[in-house]
Amino acid sequence: MISAPDVVAFTKEEEYEEEPYNEPPLPEEYSVPLFPFASQGANPWSKLSGAKFSRDFILISEFSEQVGPQPLLTIPNDTKVFGTFDLNYFSLRIMSVDYQASFVGHPPGSAYPKLNFVEDSKVVLGDSKEGAFAYVHHLTLYDLEARGFVRPFCMAYISADQHKIMQQFQELSAEFSKASECLKTGNRKAFAGELEKKLKDLDYTRTVLHTETEIQKKANDKGFYSSQAIEKANELASVEKSIIEHQDLLKQIRSYPHRKLKGSAPCPGESEHTQDQASQAAATSNLDESADTDLYTCRPAYTPKLIKAKSTKCFDKKLKTLEELCDTEYFTQTLAQLSHIEHMFRGDLCYLLTSQIDRALLKQQHITNFLFEDFVEVDDRVAEKQESAPPRPGPGRPPSRSLEECPIPQVLISVGSYKSSVESVPIKMEQELGDEEYKEVEVTEMSSLDPQENLDYLDMDMKGSISSGESIEVLGTEKSAAVLPKSDSQASLTVPLSPQVVRSKAVSHRTISEDSIEVLSTCPSEALIPDDFKASYPSAINEEESYADDSDGAIHFRASVSPPELGEAEEGSLETPPSQIDTSCCIGKESDSLRVPLSPPAHMPLDQDGVVSIPPQRYRQKDQGFHVDFALENANPSRDDSSEGFPADELDPDRLLASRDVSKTSLDTCSDTASNMSSVTSTSSDRTPASAHSSGSSSERHKKRAGQNALKFIRQYPFAHPAIYSLLSGRTLVVLGEDEAIVRKLVTALSIFVPNHSRYAKPVKHWVCSPLHITDFQKWKLIGLQRVASPAGTSSLHALSRYSRYTSVLDLDNKALRCPLYRGALVPRLADHRTQIKRGSTYYLHVQTVLTELCSKAFLYTFCHHLHLPAHDQETPDVVAGRQASFLKLTLGLVNEDVKVVQHLAELLKLRYTQEAPGTGRPTLRFDYVPSFLYKI
Amino acid sequence: KSPLQTIGEEQTQNPYTELLVLKAHHDIVRFLVQLDECRFASAGDDGIIVVWNAQTGEKLLELNGHTQKITALITFPSLEASLEACEEKNQLILTASADRTVILWDCDTGRQVRKVSSFQSTVKCLIVLQRLDIWLSGGNDLCVWNQKLDLLCKTSHLSDTGISALIEIPKNCVVAAVGKELIIFRLVAPTEESVEWDILEIKHLLDHQDNILSMVNVNDVSFVTGSHVGEMIIWDILDWSVQACECNFWDPSPQLDTQQEIKLCQKPNDISIHHFTWDEENVFAAVGRGLYVYNLQMKRVIACQKSAHDSNVLHIAKLPNRQLISCSEDGSVRIWELREKQQLAAEPVPTGFFNMWGFGRVNKQASQPVKKQQENAPPCSLELIGDLIGHSSSVEMFLYFEDHGLVTCSADHLIILWKNGERESGLRSLKLFQKLEENGDLYL
Repeated sequence: MISAPDVVAFTKEEEYEEEPYNEPPLPEEYSVPLFPFASQGANPWSKLSGAKFSRDFILISEFSEQVGPQPLLTIPNDTKVFGTFDLNYFSLRIMSVDYQASFVGHPPGSAYPKLNFVEDSKVVLGDSKEGAFAYVHHLTLYDLEARGFVRPFCMAYISADQHKIMQQFQELSAEFSKASECLKTGNRKAFAGELEKKLKDLDYTRTVLHTETEIQKKANDKGFYSSQAIEKANELASVEKSIIEHQDLLKQIRSYPHRKLKGSAPCPGESEHTQDQASQAAATSNLDESADTDLYTCRPAYTPKLIKAKSTKCFDKKLKTLEELCDTEYFTQTLAQLSHIEHMFRGDLCYLLTSQIDRALLKQQHITNFLFEDFVEVDDRVAEKQESAPPRPGPGRPPSRSLEECPIPQVLISVGSYKSSVESVPIKMEQELGDEEYKEVEVTEMSSLDPQENLDYLDMDMKGSISSGESIEVLGTEKSAAVLPKSDSQASLTVPLSPQVVRSKAVSHRTISEDSIEVLSTCPSEALIPDDFKASYPSAINEEESYADDSDGAIHFRASVSPPELGEAEEGSLETPPSQIDTSCCIGKESDSLRVPLSPPAHMPLDQDGVVSIPPQRYRQKDQGFHVDFALENANPSRDDSSEGFPADELDPDRLLASRDVSKTSLDTCSDTASNMSSVTSTSSDRTPASAHSSGSSSERHKKRAGQNALKFIRQYPFAHPAIYSLLSGRTLVVLGEDEAIVRKLVTALSIFVPNHSRYAKPVKHWVCSPLHITDFQKWKLIGLQRVASPAGTSSLHALSRYSRYTSVLDLDNKALRCPLYRGALVPRLADHRTQIKRGSTYYLHVQTVLTELCSKAFLYTFCHHLHLPAHDQETPDVVAGRQASFLKLTLGLVNEDVKVVQHLAELLKLRYTQEAPGTGRPTLRFDYVPSFLYKI
Repeated sequence: KSPLQTIGEEQTQNPYTELLVLKAHHDIVRFLVQLDECRFASAGDDGIIVVWNAQTGEKLLELNGHTQKITALITFPSLEASLEACEEKNQLILTASADRTVILWDCDTGRQVRKVSSFQSTVKCLIVLQRLDIWLSGGNDLCVWNQKLDLLCKTSHLSDTGISALIEIPKNCVVAAVGKELIIFRLVAPTEESVEWDILEIKHLLDHQDNILSMVNVNDVSFVTGSHVGEMIIWDILDWSVQACECNFWDPSPQLDTQQEIKLCQKPNDISIHHFTWDEENVFAAVGRGLYVYNLQMKRVIACQKSAHDSNVLHIAKLPNRQLISCSEDGSVRIWELREKQQLAAEPVPTGFFNMWGFGRVNKQASQPVKKQQENAPPCSLELIGDLIGHSSSVEMFLYFEDHGLVTCSADHLIILWKNGERESGLRSLKLFQKLEENGDLYL
């Protein structure tokens, strides 16, 4: 909810059918042929990148001593994923990386073979021919039958996006280390078992040999040994030696857990377990053994050769499979971990980065984030999961930079990653203090170079990639105003690279969009928490063309720390490209939006400047194609501003269109699945940007649906504001209706406005058939109630009227609402019925953004000491109350009923903070004696 | 027009803006008793006693021992001659149940200290005479017990209906309400002559026409009884003579034709006196659905609210700030304020349903001339300042805590803790900053 970078997640999700806008058809001359493979659901980006696989996958390969490098399995295990990608070839590549295999055998000066417990090696390699880049994790497993007792394996995360591999290296490394540890633990166990078996074998052999020798001795009284006897004695000796060797090996492998894992948290029962298993294995092998020996004794030609290691080296012998090597239990665990990894890194890099930032920021807000976040819970779950994951990190493993450990993205980092998340953009970043009341970071574009140079520059830097016109501009106030006229997506390419961005730029191989995202922000971290979606999307159709060039299809958002009314007042002066900024919507398509865009004088030059003239048709095309919300699809709008002068665009017209078509197709086919969300842009990765740690598409889908339905509710009911106010202020809202599906749908939609009491469950009851009771109001803040015509129904209505002071009632059948009056300013911003947000997920993000701001206000209010406690003994409660009121009103800028919302949230914060153990706090039912009003359509 | 006074949703004077529902009982909760500043016990028809924290609503203990419904609950002060069982001066309570047992509980440990099960009938009332270090149980007979729960003496069988109320009066006497009559007993402490305790029947008072439902010590000089037919008699506590009797002034006698509408909605039991409470000047009576304030000095009703509730008022209590709280079978709790009435001529009564004139006429003796009614109209009024709606069934009793608000118990098996939201908010803030300080995160 926190981060505006969410908005750069390129996703695609909704049914356009639902949108009430009908665009004028595109003139014939502007129509572009459809992407030929669109109908097959092909991802156009992957074609571009040259990769032969459709999404990221994990490959496990082995350097087999018999056949050389060979792929073993892929995750997901689906041939569609890697497509025509040559796994054999790639296995060769990844296994041929210089890898210090562990030395096993007789080291000089040592009598016995030594096992080396080597660290895994982690490398990144790329294969431009295949268009594949991989994080490769090498590991060795022990196998008694293998040469030198070792079998080299590697796990590779293969992606077409080098950038992704590089950026996520630490995370990948951490995750793969877990998988590797799991494999190795299992392997050690299996190896120990194998050794024990072998020892039994040897022991038996020795006994047999010994007996034979004795017999021979007895039979031979001549006083000298026959050659046979000598041979027997030699054999016996070698068996003895072998026994000692194996015993030593067993000791070594068993000592591993204690030796190796010292210092790291002891895993209860693990070593024990190993031992147990070993002894168990020994026991079973004993049985086997006895069976074997029976078998052998039956056989006349039982020779020690049977158990000699030599035999195992024969090439006709089948080597153990990975599963056999690692003990099935551990093997399945590893597979689970790997598919977790695959899931975790699914999606576009920008998505991963933003969600990481998101999580990191949420972590910071541990006091308030329970209120509206459903994410926290997930995060915790993941953390738990990771803790409980069987493999323990080896001591020598480089410290994982996973989110749990890396605390907060620093300001620059966050901007940097934000930047890079939009894929390889030449960005110049400057941080400066604005002379306005807030700090600003601005990334300015300097378009002093001419376009041709830009292109060269681009070519050079982009290593021959397809061009990118994308830029993120973080604009300051005046300066940006000055700079803006020259800024367009193309010009942005000319930006001299600042050190911070070199890396991100250099690695970029392909860029898809030509967005320009302008972030008008107080400071980068705040840019992540825009106070409102003050983003606008220009529409050349509806507005003067002159606007087109300066706004450029850019997405502006603006974060303001000032109270809303102030912000609004100052908007004109603060925002340089404000003409397009529609504070309440993402797409500036309708000019009749609530806040009429202001056009400050500073802005005028922009229009006259006309550096880039963008044909309005592009917009039209865009508009017709799809209504783009910047949140999830900024690739699309950006495309439109890609000016004609931009060859890159021409290079690849299909691609752009295709992307649109893909999204369309996917919409048609599975319009409601979250998997569409990334289909447009996630090139090398899976279509589901399933938030890495989140439980996956269900929550995404849930959010999106809830957002969509909430949007509908807001548009449909003029009294949405008081209803939402009820939810925010903790007054139970009862949604009354006959049709369960409709009620449930609305309850789900409205639940996004319900603050949580604890982090585990929303106080929402979707459907109740029985009359409500006082305890229900204490427990639930949003209830779907069945309306029945029967006498039971009247009792239910009677209860509702009896407890009317605790509830607001939304009667869906009669389209009426009974609830207290609301005159604040907060909810109109949260739920503007004229909003131009069209997408559920966008709206969801919008809501979350506003609510985050609200939470921070509640936090401030809650934790200001002087607001709640007297400053000195003489102070009366009245003085404190007065201070409270003035803080709420003046400092936080809350009007009328908004105060109650913040107070309610503050109570929740207090309760949560003070309760000893999570979940023990009993929710009290708080209410006000205020009159209710009846609203009707 | 309904005679019931109502108040809208806007109740600015109602401080209870927070509630906590406490759930532990499985049947009607009938009794609440305060144990100390922050604890109370509840008991009811399910036979269990639950000890609660009045501040947090936390359930502290559940006392299981009775097999049938609880009929009486009383705190048991730890005296000098304390039991060996409670050296730590733990709070004790005494409960009587329909299973004909009385149990002494330790409310700090939840332990059953003593149990008496030698009763012939259900004990309906309990009283502790602290001066004499004894306690009495009233069922069909009256038994006297010492601190160690040994039976000292008992009366003969008094009545099958049993003793409905028991109060202590001076001179080692107790008054027991048995059906229509009041019986005064004197307790004889052991002396040199007799080592035994004895209880003597002194006097029968037969002034009530119907069953006596409520009886309360008003002050040092009088006690008051109320009967099923609405008679309220104030007795002298020393010589047991009738000081005053209000028999039928709230009885809608048939001859009062002017009050037809009220008469219509009043059934006979609507005038039964269920509960009394009192302060220095006044006795407050819950009469049927109404509330009456009787001034002891003026010997007249100074304020009344004939239809305070939709149904019988079961319990009332006077708060220090001239407020009166009543709970009723209709499931609501109402908060009233006793106000001096404005000069009648100057201020017309604001609302229709709040018209006291009608009541004023009714309250007068029927013989009084109509002209005089204005002068004799009640000088005070009970103004409704708030109602608490939470229970879905009859509210049996409530308990007022100065610091923690109001506890109500009801036939819907619930107990609700009503709190002053503003104060709670302040307390939470205080707790929050205390915790911050503990954690070392507080920067001032």
